[in-house]
Amino acid sequence: MREVAAQFGKPALLFSGGKDSIVMVRLAQKAFWPAKLPFPLVHVDTGHNFGETIQFRDDLVKDVGGDLVIASVQEEIDAGRVKEEPGLNPSRNRLQIPALLNVIGKNNYDACLGGARRDEEKARAKERFFSHRNSFGEWDPKNQRPELWNLFNGKMDFGENFRVFPLSNWTEMDVWQYIKLEDIPLPSIYFSHNREFVRRSNILLGKCENITLLEGEKWESGNVRCRTVGDMTCTGMVESVANNVDDIIEEVAAARQTERGGRADDKRSETAMEDRKKEGYF
Amino acid sequence: MSTDTKGYLDMDLLRFTTAGSVDDGKSTLIGRLLYDCKSIFEDQWEAVEQSSKQRGDENVNLALLTDGLRSEREQGITIDVAYRYFATPKRKFIIADTPGHIQYTRNMVTGASTANLAIILIDARNGVIEQTCRHSFISSLLQIQHIVVCVNKMDLVDWSEDQFNKVVSQYKEFASRLDVPHIDFIPISALLGDNVVDHSENMDWYKGSPLLYTLENVYIGNEHNHVDARFPVQWVIRPHSDEYHDFRGYAGRVAGGVFKQGDEITVLPSGFQSRIKRVHDIKGDLEEAFAPMSVTLTLEDEIDISRGNMIVKQNNPPESSQQIEAMLVWFSSQTDLIERGRYTIRHTTNEVKCLLKEMKYKVDINTLHKVENDRNVGLNDIARVSLQTSAPIHFDRYRRNRVTGSFVLIDEQSNNTVAAGMIIN
Repeated sequence: MREVAAQFGKPALLFSGGKDSIVMVRLAQKAFWPAKLPFPLVHVDTGHNFGETIQFRDDLVKDVGGDLVIASVQEEIDAGRVKEEPGLNPSRNRLQIPALLNVIGKNNYDACLGGARRDEEKARAKERFFSHRNSFGEWDPKNQRPELWNLFNGKMDFGENFRVFPLSNWTEMDVWQYIKLEDIPLPSIYFSHNREFVRRSNILLGKCENITLLEGEKWESGNVRCRTVGDMTCTGMVESVANNVDDIIEEVAAARQTERGGRADDKRSETAMEDRKKEGYF
Repeated sequence: MSTDTKGYLDMDLLRFTTAGSVDDGKSTLIGRLLYDCKSIFEDQWEAVEQSSKQRGDENVNLALLTDGLRSEREQGITIDVAYRYFATPKRKFIIADTPGHIQYTRNMVTGASTANLAIILIDARNGVIEQTCRHSFISSLLQIQHIVVCVNKMDLVDWSEDQFNKVVSQYKEFASRLDVPHIDFIPISALLGDNVVDHSENMDWYKGSPLLYTLENVYIGNEHNHVDARFPVQWVIRPHSDEYHDFRGYAGRVAGGVFKQGDEITVLPSGFQSRIKRVHDIKGDLEEAFAPMSVTLTLEDEIDISRGNMIVKQNNPPESSQQIEAMLVWFSSQTDLIERGRYTIRHTTNEVKCLLKEMKYKVDINTLHKVENDRNVGLNDIARVSLQTSAPIHFDRYRRNRVTGSFVLIDEQSNNTVAAGMIIN
């Protein structure tokens, strides 16, 4: 993170409200303490968020004394720059890309810190710490810069930018152990709670106004929690009674599904993540 | 896996690379390690089962677990470094799975730069080939202390001990010219799992340990230099707040030695001397800091220090010079090395201009001989060079300290990293 602050003129931290980006904020606080964060938090808001994460986000921003910049997918739709997917259950996942690229362009951010980890998904396994993007935000996996030792090259031409992933080498278990060690508060949806949900191709989706039941589906209720947090329309939940960090660590150790296993957006095709990344996703 | 936080944090981390030629079965071996260590999740397994079926593979194709990018799946080869993570009750592991194709050898160097151990795969039918030598030499050049040679596809040579011994002696002859203190040999079948996690029933003549046991038990305690105190300043913290009005902290990651409160230090290049007032992080004062901890130092005196400076102990300074001798690995496919060419050199947190004064010789990676008549250094070539920097840099020999002895060269036109260097003196 200090490398980013030192090598770039106008960096930003992409903040999703998920546990990885909350850990990132903690790391940033540690890296620059007692000074304030030298970059703003940028939230790409799909408009389909869990209410709990938004409240949590606003409290956290107040707490660290940082600036918050919101890139709204709804605004992109309203401005006619992107179109909502047709059908009953549209996902706004890909729509985040133009919103993100726009907020980068408008504010001239030259580096965006993200909490992505290589263990999450196979296209991310090949990502660099310092990932170069051309002026359209595109990723070129065949032409990545070599990264040796701890030497990172953030040089670029005007208009290009970088995505930087300090948590690259962390695993889901590392993240939870760190949350415990540092006693980091998390939004309540990470812990077991009672909620109405629908089972759709083995994924549990929480009830919200953007999800319409398909034929043969019904709302059920039970104790669930999120392993990852994103848009309400694509973040699957797991049935769980783990209501504190220790229980979650036990659960992660015994888990037989990857944490993104519940992400409907990755299930769309074998290379869904790679294709999104090439277009400018993080 | 240990789930209690203290036990988890105390677990060793072993980083290793896998290297081998195309079709030596690297990805299959990693798939096998992950599968047998139960690090494959159900949804990953289902996805791989499904694509194996689609491709018409007879068994579940373990290589598909690591070949992530679309073009790799199409060609059936790995084209970039893929990082994998798994843990056993003894250790956590990070695998850098690197490509075998010649044009991606630079990625092998990338994977090796942070590794404790290298697994080199040899096809039992083919024995030692050019790629084996290249990868072994790179491991040696990057000062990896352990090589595990896996003689793979033993199932295709009828589990023959003779064939294994032949490959071993072939490799030993080559390796006698390398600088690797520990080399182990294991006969395996990645496809069938023999000697990967469990002892093979097909090769009772092999008395050594299976691969996983070797990985869990190899000694990695001496990877960091704890003798020569080196602190490259990464960032100067100046809060400008009422509470910390005069605060001036120097943040960075310790590159060697130990720093304590009260230590007499020198700042390079200015040569100013002072004493450490506090060593701390966000939680408060630390008794000491050593590599690879990230900390903030404050000093007794107000002196001018900026990013790229190095804080060292007064009685043990590094070399400071504008003339550097180094081994270079060339990374760029677009531009060859230009003698008398100008580059940017990035060394620790410091960045200066440099002139590539002279290319002394190239190394033939098959024979390890010096080649003096071929002056052309391109992608994947290894050469001994002398550099002249625009300002002194503060370094140790790479053999002594991997952090302060390494650098990369950046092309000023394209901004690309074109070479990696290891300082000789």
